[in-house]
Amino acid sequence: MKVSMKVNGTGMSGEVEGRTLLVEFLRGGLGLTGTHVGCDTSQCGACVVHVNGEAVKACTMFAAEADGAEVTTIEGMANADGSLSTIQQAFQDHHGLQCGFCTPGMVMSAAALLKENPKPTEAQVREYLEGNLCRCTGYHNIVKAIMAASGQAVEMTAAG
Amino acid sequence: MYAFDIAKPATLAEAVQAMKTGEAQALSGGQTLIPTLKQRLAAPSVLVSLAGVGEMKGVSAKDGVLEIGGAATHREVAGQRHYPGLAELAGRIGDPAVRNRGTIGGSLANNDPSACYPAALLASGGSVKTDRREIAADDFFQGMFATALEADEIITAVRLRVPEASNYQKFLQPASRFALVGVFVARHADGVRVAVTGASEGGVFRWTEAERALSADFSAGAVSGLKHPADGMISDIHGTPEYRAHLIGVMTHRAVAAAS
Ligand SMILES: Cc1cc2nc3c(=O)[nH]c(=O)nc-3n(C[C@H](O)[C@H](O)[C@H](O)COP(=O)(O)OP(=O)(O)OC[C@H]3O[C@@H](n4cnc5c(N)ncnc54)[C@H](O)[C@@H]3O)c2cc1C
Ligand code: FES
Ligand code: FES
Repeated sequence: MKVSMKVNGTGMSGEVEGRTLLVEFLRGGLGLTGTHVGCDTSQCGACVVHVNGEAVKACTMFAAEADGAEVTTIEGMANADGSLSTIQQAFQDHHGLQCGFCTPGMVMSAAALLKENPKPTEAQVREYLEGNLCRCTGYHNIVKAIMAASGQAVEMTAAG
Repeated sequence: MYAFDIAKPATLAEAVQAMKTGEAQALSGGQTLIPTLKQRLAAPSVLVSLAGVGEMKGVSAKDGVLEIGGAATHREVAGQRHYPGLAELAGRIGDPAVRNRGTIGGSLANNDPSACYPAALLASGGSVKTDRREIAADDFFQGMFATALEADEIITAVRLRVPEASNYQKFLQPASRFALVGVFVARHADGVRVAVTGASEGGVFRWTEAERALSADFSAGAVSGLKHPADGMISDIHGTPEYRAHLIGVMTHRAVAAAS
């Protein structure tokens, strides 16, 4: 079947099967490989994108369900001039990534959090990231980066 | 995954019709079904997406009863103000991305023995509305992953009696973050109901001994001396039957303390 959606502001369409996952359509169909697949079992959050403004796991939604939706992926996060967004820059400044595999999902979750709650507490940041797993950083610098991106002091983080 | 088609009905009547075709199966948030399909544990010929069915959305309260559309997401339930104990429970299911997709109808239809909503429905009392009838909460759950639903029956709404006071205590299974044991305590004008999830091989159940004690005296002290037997409790790598039985007492105590 044919699906059409607005991806990072641009209308896109393509042929999918019923079983085609949104993440497969984004990566394979549209070549947007910034969205990662870490587990494919709905647990790691590497595949988080926004559908109509809400964070979802793109490995746990069918492309057909996103027909007609507005989708934002990590490729749509940088500023118009190509410079890093505030959240992305904060990840770089605070060493919020090592291998970078989890980072697209972390940034998309962080963006969803800061939209709902622009000045979260450290505890709220940690709770919001419950579905985003990182095998490298130990999370502290990710939390620091998100606190910094929200314009708050970062010294209060638990460790690191 | 095996191949299947996806139907996207806009009305309940269309959804009911679509459920009659071939090996049709309902698709709501997909947060349980999609992982199941990936493991090839289900082979439907068509998935009937309920997300666009207008009649199955929304949350409304009337005469002490909260009615929630079967396709309402965990996020929507977490955001309603009529039933705080339920909102808190919904806000702690999974993670934000799961809550943005997963629905109350899907969770109840699935009746995972460690799921949260079954405890809320059983402790609240009320009913499950389907495309063909209304099923009382006490008759709905029929053991692990088993419910009173017929194969092609659709949960259209859930009706919960809003208690005077309530609280849900969830002891997290550290890997899945589902309930290793969860206890929902609800104080109604006509008595207290206590529902336990995660613990029993028979799925969610009411702890009637605690209900009696709490109906007489709604205080944490009233359940301090109670011990739930370990017979029939789940045994797996996360906990023994004795451990789960012990947790039922601890979680009930905490829930009453938080609610009173
Ligand atoms: C990482 C993760 C963590 C989770 N943590 C928790 C947790 O802590 N607590 C918890 O309770 N749950 C948890 N869940 C499960 C989650 O709540 C699911 O959303 C829920 O169990 C299923 O709802 P769904 O809308 O996604 O249903 P689906 O996955 O779409 O469907 C589930 C089943 O119900 C059937 N069905 C769906 N809707 C209806 C309907 N209206 N009428 C009849 N049948 C229907 C489907 O055919 C299918 O068999 C978690 C899931 C994930 C992925
Ligand atoms: S790849 Fe989607 S949650 Fe891990
Ligand atoms: S930076 Fe490697 S998984 Fe997070």
